Amino acid sequence: MTADPTDDTARHQADAALAPKPPAHVGEVIIAVEGVHKYFGENHVLRGVDLEVRRREAVMLIGPSGSGKTTLLRCINFLEEPTMGAVEIDGLRVMADPFRERDKQHQELIRQIRLRAGMLFQEFNLFPHMTVLQNLIEAPVRVRGIRTDEAVAIADGFLEKVGLSDKRNEYPSRLSGGQKQRAAIARALCMEPKVLMFDEPTSALDPELIGEVLKVMEDLAHDGTTMIVVTHEMHFAQDAADRVIFMEDGRIVEQGPPEQVLDEPRVERTRQFLRRFLDT
Amino acid sequence: MTAVDEPSDARLEGRPRSVAHRLAAARQRARLIFRLQAALVWFIVITFIVGGLYLGGRLEPDWIADNAPYILGGIWITVVVSISSIALAVVLALLGALGRISTSPIWYGLASLYVSLVRGTPLLVQIFIIFFALPQVGIVLPPIPSGIIALAFNYGAYMTEIFRAGIQAVPPGQQEAARALGMPERLVFRRIVVPQAMRIVVPAIGNEFIAMIKDSSLVSIITVQELLWRARAVGTRDARTISAFLVAALVYWVLTIIFSYFQERLERTLRRSDR
Repeated sequence: MTADPTDDTARHQADAALAPKPPAHVGEVIIAVEGVHKYFGENHVLRGVDLEVRRREAVMLIGPSGSGKTTLLRCINFLEEPTMGAVEIDGLRVMADPFRERDKQHQELIRQIRLRAGMLFQEFNLFPHMTVLQNLIEAPVRVRGIRTDEAVAIADGFLEKVGLSDKRNEYPSRLSGGQKQRAAIARALCMEPKVLMFDEPTSALDPELIGEVLKVMEDLAHDGTTMIVVTHEMHFAQDAADRVIFMEDGRIVEQGPPEQVLDEPRVERTRQFLRRFLDT
Repeated sequence: MTAVDEPSDARLEGRPRSVAHRLAAARQRARLIFRLQAALVWFIVITFIVGGLYLGGRLEPDWIADNAPYILGGIWITVVVSISSIALAVVLALLGALGRISTSPIWYGLASLYVSLVRGTPLLVQIFIIFFALPQVGIVLPPIPSGIIALAFNYGAYMTEIFRAGIQAVPPGQQEAARALGMPERLVFRRIVVPQAMRIVVPAIGNEFIAMIKDSSLVSIITVQELLWRARAVGTRDARTISAFLVAALVYWVLTIIFSYFQERLERTLRRSDR
């Protein structure tokens, strides 16, 4: 599609894709994604994404499957090395360099980025051979070098926050899906990251278990945790998001406060997506 | 035409709960009867063979009674050789698997050469090389160590593939989660991948061990005085080979049944402990 300045829709769309004025409670920019492209073979999944997230901001990514939301998250912490572009988190800027994927120095930079960005997965990915508590203290003790008793104290604090204190010595196989995801959230929090990234955290859950996870996430958002969430839970986005971003075909199509993007979308494609979504 | 959904049969009367109970009991009874019948088939075939040999004068209980203690004395050597070999093979297989998934062309090259070479040549040839050929270059090993090394070397190659498959069977999400927590690659491998891979490969190692008990008979060729060697020694000396080898075969059979039983129990506990 070519952008014709006389075409009203096109101008509308260009405006809609720009970041809106930040709400009052958020702080300075802490995450900057700059011109990120990602190819999987011949498949151009991200087509130049720019994104800034501010401290204490809750950003929700919505869009049809295959639009690149998950890939964007995975590029931010380099679980997928972007083909081009740069990611900056809390002052550490890392340029994509797919040719040096195995390079020691590059790997160390990526690791530093990952320490700043906690990630939650659709499938929870708790370590099945460790108890909940062991899951929580593994990385703090072995990666951050925190003393075990201190790490346990921190872990117990976060377990209480997600309502799982009584499950601390259970193995993950004994937890329900909702409990697993809450434990995974506590595990990520134990690393005290600058941002939490959620990749469809409730998609693998039975409907009756979704609420407890969303509740924890909403509390986190209200407490001022910086977060980026890929989600299909529109009600949750409505309630907890500071900003909603609609992605399609590897680009940000529209973004703004939830009451604007979800209720009065300016771009036709956003409208179509939401309509289709509400139908099903 | 008659109504088909009328319960015409007395067996279907009563409350659903009692029908379910009676059905379960009937199924269990059927299963038991099936097993008893199968056991009877075993009994008949074995009686036929053993009885035939006995009546034909080929199976001599007196000779067996006299020589069994000597033959059975080889059990310890068979078991010790098997256990030592499997332990050494596990170490080789771990190193081999590390090489097979290594990004270093040197380690990958060495590991894939090892696997290809060992799997592409007969175990017997490997035993001969270690016991009969190495002395030509000045390496002389006694029979038992030669046998253990040959068996371990051979099984290590097969188990390399088992270990590699086990490592690759750990869900990729596990590594991603560990990386996302900022764990360096070595730590991810040591703390997250290996423990889970181990749990996956334990049953397969049990199978290898049972196969090892049988293959250990090959080292009788290089004068290791285990079960088969002893059976052959007394059997050929007295021209009682049928009795001697039947005793040896029976002992191998019993040994594998015993270890299979333990292996099944181990597998069951592994399956029960989480996941």
